[in-house]
Amino acid sequence: MTELLGLTLAEARDRLAGGEFTSVELTEAYLRAMEAGRSLNAFITETPEKALDMAKASDERRRRGEAGPLEGLPIAIKDLFCTEGVLTTAASHILDGFKPPYESTVTANLWRDGAVMLGKLNMDEFAMGSANVTSYYGSVRNPWRRKNSEAALVPGGSSGGSAAAVAARLALAATGTDTGGSIRQPASFCGIAGIKPTYGRCSRWGIIAFASSLDQAGPMARTVRDAAIMLRSMCGFDPKDSTSVDIPVPDFEAALTGDVRGLRVGIPKEYRVDGMPEEIERLWRQGVDWLKAAGAEIVDISLPHTKYALPTYYIVAPAEASSNLARYDGVRYGLRVPGKSLIEMYENTRAEGFGREVKRRIMIGTYVLSAGYYDAYYLKAQKVRSLIARDFTNAYERCDVILAPTTPSTAFAIGEKQDDPIAMYLNDVFTVPASLAGLPAMSVPAGVGDDGLPLGLQLIGRPFDEETVLKVAEVIERAAEFKALPPGAV
Amino acid sequence: MATQPIIKGNTGDWEMVIGLEVHAQVISEAKLFSGASTTFGAAPNSQVSLVDAAMPGMLPVINTKCIEQAVRTGLGLRAQINKRSVFDRKNYFYADLPQGYQISQYLQPIVGKGEIILDLPDGSSRTVGITRLHLEQDAGKSLHDQHPSMTYVDLNRSGVALMEIVSEPDLRGPEDAAAYLRKLRSILRYLGTCDGNMEEGSMRCDVNISVRRVGENSYGTRCEIKNVNSVRHVMQAIEYEARRQVEILEDGGEIVQETRLYDPGKGETRSLRSKEEAHDYRYFPDPDLLPLEFDDDFIEGIRATLPELPDDKKQRFMTEYGLSAYDAGVLVAERARADFYERVAKGRDPKLAANWVITELFGALNKGGHDIEESPITADQLGGLIDLISDQTISGRIAKDVFAVMLETGKDAAAIVEEKGLRQVTDTAAIEASIDQVLAANADKVAEYRGGKDKLFGFFVGQTMKATGGKANPALVNQILKKKLDG
Repeated sequence: MTELLGLTLAEARDRLAGGEFTSVELTEAYLRAMEAGRSLNAFITETPEKALDMAKASDERRRRGEAGPLEGLPIAIKDLFCTEGVLTTAASHILDGFKPPYESTVTANLWRDGAVMLGKLNMDEFAMGSANVTSYYGSVRNPWRRKNSEAALVPGGSSGGSAAAVAARLALAATGTDTGGSIRQPASFCGIAGIKPTYGRCSRWGIIAFASSLDQAGPMARTVRDAAIMLRSMCGFDPKDSTSVDIPVPDFEAALTGDVRGLRVGIPKEYRVDGMPEEIERLWRQGVDWLKAAGAEIVDISLPHTKYALPTYYIVAPAEASSNLARYDGVRYGLRVPGKSLIEMYENTRAEGFGREVKRRIMIGTYVLSAGYYDAYYLKAQKVRSLIARDFTNAYERCDVILAPTTPSTAFAIGEKQDDPIAMYLNDVFTVPASLAGLPAMSVPAGVGDDGLPLGLQLIGRPFDEETVLKVAEVIERAAEFKALPPGAV
Repeated sequence: MATQPIIKGNTGDWEMVIGLEVHAQVISEAKLFSGASTTFGAAPNSQVSLVDAAMPGMLPVINTKCIEQAVRTGLGLRAQINKRSVFDRKNYFYADLPQGYQISQYLQPIVGKGEIILDLPDGSSRTVGITRLHLEQDAGKSLHDQHPSMTYVDLNRSGVALMEIVSEPDLRGPEDAAAYLRKLRSILRYLGTCDGNMEEGSMRCDVNISVRRVGENSYGTRCEIKNVNSVRHVMQAIEYEARRQVEILEDGGEIVQETRLYDPGKGETRSLRSKEEAHDYRYFPDPDLLPLEFDDDFIEGIRATLPELPDDKKQRFMTEYGLSAYDAGVLVAERARADFYERVAKGRDPKLAANWVITELFGALNKGGHDIEESPITADQLGGLIDLISDQTISGRIAKDVFAVMLETGKDAAAIVEEKGLRQVTDTAAIEASIDQVLAANADKVAEYRGGKDKLFGFFVGQTMKATGGKANPALVNQILKKKLDG
């Protein structure tokens, strides 16, 4: 049974098709793993009955010859996606008891293609965080440990539960969302693959909004191939989302040709930041060598406005969030803490319902939009944002894909960096630029740090060129031969 | 040209400076950003989509019919149509605003500057500027009177499309404001973009008013009176507020810029919130929506569907039918009424038709509070009555009686005339015979008349009409009587 857990999504798909085992068997294996792995706190809601019902129905469909691309594969869903009839919390107290009467487009696509739902995954509250320590349901633990240390580590955030579950083999794959790095950074911290597609590829309908112009759903999986398979099911035009782009979804798996000869790989000099740990620098150079060996051409590029990306992000994202989170007011759903007047009810509900980081970002967002400050902050940030995007457009005249580190460090301990929000925000320094520019970006596990913890490398592509990003990521994956496993994983 | 109304204060003369912001609910099947129905009067919370309720993860999608209606209205106001406009979020908290923000348009509205012609009571006209028109979501309704301590919220109206139409501060008094609202309402109804029903709340008016001494060019501090729901109340609110402001200024005080409400029961305005409590709406472009863009073809396509508008129709009625400005104005105020008139007037004496339509038919309808759609007689039927007058079958006097029966029974005029034997007597011999009888029966009065009492002529006319059951042709009666009496 544990051998089942060792299969990748692609392998499980093929073996299910070959009739080697059933979805029910595979799902049962994962349900047991989830039980055994509860100390990680990766799940907010486990849905074993639903999972088995879906698995049974899947096996039945397969018997009838109606198998879809993800038929029978047990996956888990970040608790930011609305799942019909299943508690959806965004890891917040303010959504206590909220069971949506509707299904998000992305998860509906996954069920349409035959996948099985294991449960809803823990995350930073309202997707705000880089360590999954802000959840109302408690922090998630990274299944990895430092060499010779028992200290509990963060899995990264905000999709910390998703990354931990996939890394610890509690789910075959998971969905995440990425606004400033929330798929890529936890993927790097947990040694798995994660991709944020181009803005507009995946529908945002039914995903609880954090920052509307940045949020994107994406897969988190063990391998690049697994991520490509998931991505294809997740993507697609949705008329219910006005920012959804109407273009065909390619067969991303077919893009994994392994052939990068002649491809120009850009190395942005501004990503070499002061005080960057040597091991990250080393891994980056290693990535360059691997791609060179595979026949790619290495090009030095400049993205001059990189240093403005973090401050720009931390103005734009909180601004949009302050408005998106106004609807959590205790009137129609979720938590209501009564008051003697409407205002008091609002204040009581939101004070009790939101955690500290969420409140902090709402305050920042309200401030930067306020009268007298809008021009200096929000408007200015949007202008700088377009300069950051233009940096990439210019760079893509000289290269086809960009290689960079994903994170400025390996996973840190729970409790470290928690007193200083700015130190926490610096985790996003490599991931935020691609978010601001709306570009597809992926983290692939490439090595381990001196402390034995995983490190990822990041590929950033042209708009809607997920295919090149995935292709190059797979080449790195193959060259890196990242076989390390967290303790206790199968 | 009418003179602007003056408020006579203790220290001099003051004038009013008024701008109106009208919120007009767009006629459309679905809401501005959701597919839920907009029908008025449905059971509470029965027309609320997930988007309208601002459920987690919901997103707005523009309803292009509402865009068309806004462009159509802009064209009707002779306004600049902006081919690119942006939707912004207007952020504030209230229980009937589920999103915690209203999707509106701030810096780049869909329609720019335009104009409206005011038809004033004295018959004169004046052009007044429109500053802009933009699209925005309506909020839901808060019901405070359903429960002793709780407020009930009905979200049926949440998300319905509104056009906010802002006038230049060109209005100078209650009459101006009334004329503006009536003309605007008329145009919106002609275009089919809003039904202008202030009682139902599909057209609401905010009044911005300040005062200044006559002769001053600068603007005083203004107050905003929100959500006034009838033309009469707008006029009353203006009168009260202008006086309130003049009194304060004459006492040496300052006007506090604030939002006020008009209380029709007490006939006064009172403060709603002060500037300190004023919202900072933190407008920013809605990141869930793309900028609204369309081309000239789209605009021209809508322009091609515009009906003849009231001002043009009024001009045409004056030139084509020779009607006075006043009569033409009455007829074109409502498109259905104008259409009714034209059908009656077709192939007939237009002034006679106008007289009957305005004085008799509209008079009867207005008395009963009915719309033209509820008229018990059709335009053709009224035309039939007029034909009977024109071809002398009945007199004008008899026609009024016939009309009254038509209203009651809905029958054709000709049928009623036949049934009741009301044909006008034009047989000269018969009239002569009746007259001879009358004169014979009243020989003494004949002598008095011939002796100089001219007023008795009316007596003889009356007697003759009585003798003929009112059916004698009055002109002939007069003619023959005169001949017989005067020799």
